[in-house]
Amino acid sequence: MQINLGDPNILPWLIPAGPLLAFFLIMLISNRARMLPATDHAYGGHHPDYEGMEVLVVRGWSRVLSVVIGMAGVLLALVISLHVVSLGWGYGHYFGEEAFASSTAWLDTGLTTFDMGVLVDPLTVIMLFMVPIAVLGIFIYSIGYMAHDPRQSRFFALISLFAGAMLTLVVADNLLLLFVGWEVMGLCSYLLIGFWFEKESASAAAVKAFTTTRVADVIMLLGIVYLYLETGTLSFREILYNPAVLQELATTPAIILGGSAAALISVFLIAGTIGKSAQFPLHAWLPDAMEGPTPVSAMIHAAAMVSAGIYAIIRLFPLFVAGADPHHGLFNGPLLLMALVGAGTALFAATIALAQNDVKRVLAYSTISQLGFMMAALGIGAWVAAAFHLITHAFFKALLFMASGSVIHGMEHGEHHVHDHASHDDHDASDDHHGHDDDQHESFDPQDMMNMGGLQQRMPVTFITFLIGGFSLAGFPLLTAGFWSKDEILADAWLGVTHGYLPHALVFILLALAAFLTAFYTMRQLGLTFRGEPRTEAARHAGLGRGVVSVTMTLPLLGLAIFAIVAGFIGVPEDFPLFGALFSPEAVGGNRFHHFVIEALPHNSATEFFAAVPDMQVSAPPFNLAPVATSFIVALGGLYLGHRMYWRRPLRAGEADPLVKVLGAEVHETLRRKYYLDELYERVFVRPSFWFAHRAVDEFLDRGLIDGVLHLVGRVFTWIGDLLKVLNAWLIDGVGDGIPEGIVALGLRLRHLQTGRVQQYLLYIAIAAILIGIVFAASAGAMVTAG
Amino acid sequence: MIELNAQTIAFAVLSALVLGGALGVVTTRNLVHGALWLVLSLLGVAGYFVLLSAPFLAAVQVLVYIGAIAILIVFAVMLTRSMTSLGEVRNRQWWLSAITVILLFLLLAAGIILPVWGRGAPGEVTTLSATVGGAAELGAALVAGDGFVLPFEVASILLTAAMIGAIVVARDEEDEQA
Amino acid sequence: MIPLWMYLLVAALLFCIGIYGVLARRNAVAILMSVELMLNAVNINLVAFWRYLAPQDMSGQAFAAFVFVIAAAEAAVGLAILLFVYRTKRSVIVEDVNLLRW
Repeated sequence: MQINLGDPNILPWLIPAGPLLAFFLIMLISNRARMLPATDHAYGGHHPDYEGMEVLVVRGWSRVLSVVIGMAGVLLALVISLHVVSLGWGYGHYFGEEAFASSTAWLDTGLTTFDMGVLVDPLTVIMLFMVPIAVLGIFIYSIGYMAHDPRQSRFFALISLFAGAMLTLVVADNLLLLFVGWEVMGLCSYLLIGFWFEKESASAAAVKAFTTTRVADVIMLLGIVYLYLETGTLSFREILYNPAVLQELATTPAIILGGSAAALISVFLIAGTIGKSAQFPLHAWLPDAMEGPTPVSAMIHAAAMVSAGIYAIIRLFPLFVAGADPHHGLFNGPLLLMALVGAGTALFAATIALAQNDVKRVLAYSTISQLGFMMAALGIGAWVAAAFHLITHAFFKALLFMASGSVIHGMEHGEHHVHDHASHDDHDASDDHHGHDDDQHESFDPQDMMNMGGLQQRMPVTFITFLIGGFSLAGFPLLTAGFWSKDEILADAWLGVTHGYLPHALVFILLALAAFLTAFYTMRQLGLTFRGEPRTEAARHAGLGRGVVSVTMTLPLLGLAIFAIVAGFIGVPEDFPLFGALFSPEAVGGNRFHHFVIEALPHNSATEFFAAVPDMQVSAPPFNLAPVATSFIVALGGLYLGHRMYWRRPLRAGEADPLVKVLGAEVHETLRRKYYLDELYERVFVRPSFWFAHRAVDEFLDRGLIDGVLHLVGRVFTWIGDLLKVLNAWLIDGVGDGIPEGIVALGLRLRHLQTGRVQQYLLYIAIAAILIGIVFAASAGAMVTAG
Repeated sequence: MIELNAQTIAFAVLSALVLGGALGVVTTRNLVHGALWLVLSLLGVAGYFVLLSAPFLAAVQVLVYIGAIAILIVFAVMLTRSMTSLGEVRNRQWWLSAITVILLFLLLAAGIILPVWGRGAPGEVTTLSATVGGAAELGAALVAGDGFVLPFEVASILLTAAMIGAIVVARDEEDEQA
Repeated sequence: MIPLWMYLLVAALLFCIGIYGVLARRNAVAILMSVELMLNAVNINLVAFWRYLAPQDMSGQAFAAFVFVIAAAEAAVGLAILLFVYRTKRSVIVEDVNLLRW
């Protein structure tokens, strides 16, 4: 078969190839390290000394080569992706029906073949736009951020695999390939969250993330299997563009729980997303994932992992809607589940974020909250708005994470600076990564916002980009990307409210509240981090320094800051006053994002008699003042409140968080402890699991039953062995030794025959000859007698 | 039955010569006497050859055996001073050897007289062919291409090798050096 | 006319006497002479068979001639070895020459 790489149907195959190839190249070839004592110096100042431990420290050339390979891989992916994106964008409206797709037979299942392939439709296109750009930013940032890490090569390999898996997931044309990417990302998240596995908290967080998502993934796999069982295919197009299949799924009763097969499959798949996109109640792993290096946080929270969950739902949305029509107030189980979980999580996570002091944890909970927005939007059928928010959120959240990483890096830098001043009078500016005293080092938390303050003057670029990202997250009206996407979700919800649909109203209210809280805690974070006087010596000396580290960590911030603003303008509703005319004029067909992405799912107007399969291509909600006003009020209100409490009069060193007074210590503590959910999970799941593992599995099953059986078997075989030993000594050795001994004895006897007397020999010969002659004579005589 | 004529008388006399000589060879203590017994026995064999119409072989027998080998043996007896160490004629296994030899002879005699190994049993009447190959035929056969030329040449080499070997082995190196 | 088996019987007897000499005599020269007796027994056989069974074919006589050759060679080499042994061991008693033993 002639493979034409210029063919846009073939090209998507190559998109994940770059990072995946980079992973293998780095892992197999360029990752070369030597064992060194695990001192602070070997860790580039990120860790205390680990006594008596050795750590693999990557060699200089390997570090450089690995970075180059990793960057080359992601750049390749970016170039191909953007090429495909531009091709797809050029198709415009027709692109929905005529997507780029190619597939090949992968597994012959007897009567049918299972095809693996790639699919690029409008939804994929926007992901292919967002993912590689965010990933590229993260990669560039990692060059600086991980510059002193002893395992930078490994880091680049894993993060390349992560990116490759995400791109695989995005271009997959069937649920199985999507699931493969999904699982590889799960593995990568485990490896990367636990990247600094010397820290106990990091390895625990890695295990937590892995097991939590595993619970969800198993349920999702059940859904996939069930879907395959029902339809005989997992291809997106064959299921989603086939009203007959959807109709059948919607009318077939499920094997358990009542409802339709479609609903059960959907619930299973949603469970997978709840785990992957960290929705309540499986959200607990995401904040702990902050234990990984910050670029990993950005990767998980923005570009890859959590986006994948939402992406999967959008991708399969017709399946979820089968048997329902949210735009006409007709809900089914999966949609209600999504709406409730999403809206609830959005508000719930936002409240927790209020009381967090860890700069990255605030962002982690904001991620959960924003993903809740998307889930809720999907629950009320506003899947285009969810996709829009997915893209804008990825940009500004990647930006925020990397900015917070810069802050942390700056704080560590300042802490080393302070520390070196304290211990060495002859401080050398270039020697600032050599910390040796561990007391202060261990107790100091560079991520605690209470230790910060006043970074505005010390890290201006970080401040500005953080500000842009934060405002985008808060949904600062009109200017930021976050506003437009969040507004579209609210507008969609409001449209339902005007029709009097209860879920829409619930979603609207909860999301509005969550948006308010989001704006507030964003302002709190900004104020605590950047405003006022430094509350510690470390903060006073914080800074990124100069050189490659500083440049590579600043550059992506600036790039993503631009996207955090302009990414929203592509989806401005065309009937929005002033801005609609400015950014979505009639000349380009109005709201470009909406009109482009809406083509990703089928237009089922021709098959309206299938009540179970509603039209997926709903028009954008008409402009309505109420949701826009709500957006304005919650965003500005939250920001104003935060401004009042944290910005105008910044927190001083030693002061308590003013929020404690406002909420009361009890409530604040509850929020700070995340509603004691971790403790609850600890009691309900972890301890019983440990107990079960210890009592039932370890003591009873393992030691009692299995060991008992094994010991019994061992005894029996020891006994048999002893028996065989005796037998061996007696019989085998007896025979084995007896034969040579007999031969020796025989030889000793026989040697007397060899007298050296020739005549004796001759006599023997003569006797032998006679005997032979007699035998001959006898046989010949017998023959004569016989014949 | 065997009629009594000149041939049979000659055969009986020759047989007595051959066997008597042979017994003398293996029993006499004096080796020189033994050599003379040997000559007697070999002469009997030569007589057999005449009786069997092979006069050439008889001549060769007299020339080679009696003229060369027997004389050689006499020389050997004298050179090795065998006469000086005349002790026991027989070794310790002589009786066992005797039994073995008698058994062997019985076996052979049985083979010869009884029809165990095919034809030629005493009862058969055999007529001797009148035409007999002589020395000329023997000579032609020994050098004929389809005859015995190759064994003949090999025998020449063997003789040469034996001669050289005998000289090499028997040469007294000490004498040479001296 | 003398039948064939008579020659054969005499030859067999001669051969056995020769064997007895080889097996039982101590003196090497006597053993050599016994070997000559055995060879002569063979020759008698060869010539007798030739005369009685294939008088035109010269194989019998030819082989007898070869036996002469062998006998001559054997006597020459044997006596040479005898001389050599005598020079080293000062004895021609074969029982004294028993180096090839355990």
